[in-house]
Amino acid sequence: MLLIHCPYCEEDRSELEFRWAGEAHVVRPENIAAISDEEFAEFFFLRNNEKGLTYERWRHIHGCGRFFNAARDTVSDRFLMTYKAGLPKQPLPVAEKFAAIAEEKSVETWEQTEGDAR
Amino acid sequence: MAELDSNIATRSLPLSGVHGGSAAVRLEPAQPAERINLRVGAEDVSALSAALGLDLPVKPKTSSSANGRTALWIGPDEWLVFADGGGSIGSSLTQAAASSNVVHSATDISHRNTAILVSGPGAAATLNAGCALDLSLDAFPIGACSRTLFGKVEIVLLRTAENTFRVEVWRSFSDYAFGLLSEGARDAAL
Repeated sequence: MLLIHCPYCEEDRSELEFRWAGEAHVVRPENIAAISDEEFAEFFFLRNNEKGLTYERWRHIHGCGRFFNAARDTVSDRFLMTYKAGLPKQPLPVAEKFAAIAEEKSVETWEQTEGDAR
Repeated sequence: MAELDSNIATRSLPLSGVHGGSAAVRLEPAQPAERINLRVGAEDVSALSAALGLDLPVKPKTSSSANGRTALWIGPDEWLVFADGGGSIGSSLTQAAASSNVVHSATDISHRNTAILVSGPGAAATLNAGCALDLSLDAFPIGACSRTLFGKVEIVLLRTAENTFRVEVWRSFSDYAFGLLSEGARDAAL
């Protein structure tokens, strides 16, 4: 079972209590009526879907009920850091960053083993 | 002609009459209680505390009791407050909260929730049958509380003594919760 640190409950809790809530730090335009259709599509529909380090919103729905932000490695599924909603994008602590890179190299991905090997 | 009883409509608890447990654990429905779900901003917590006559806890996973009322920290701006009584409609807790004269939300959930008391040396093991929290005394001391999952249903768990827990659960989920607790109790006694 994955443990996720809730910044409001201040402890690690079971993943069962949490829900994923999409990409973090998507900023709503100041005047949304003035933007073009392309800009609206970019804001509303299009997400980066990055491989590796991503910033996501999560919700501790069966605990304190709060939304918060998490930095997660989508290759290893490891949570690198969580912080409260409303804070700007936080830099990763350096030690975590190196651990994440080492982890990424040791993880067997589908592309490495099954796909067209690069 | 027989006299009509004036008390025609009586409420019964969703779990009234049930009992369960094992050699290690006792399961029983708690007495009816008045309950509110309280939401209030950080700046008005002290006003609500004064109105309710108990200090609303502001530290995660803690509770406080005074004057027959108990307040459980659920989230940074959310509390579950319960008090004895509550057979009738209308809650003295909402009235007490309203007397604070500050902006808040107090929703009467006296009859939305029901509670199960789990007591005995196997109480923690019984709850861990469906609950992933660490229930050791270090991690979850007396007075600790949390909203969490028990099997498939959401509960609010409060430790009232070393070997006693109160499980607050929605009334429509109470059959499921009691059933899973009964199975946990059987396993805890093995």
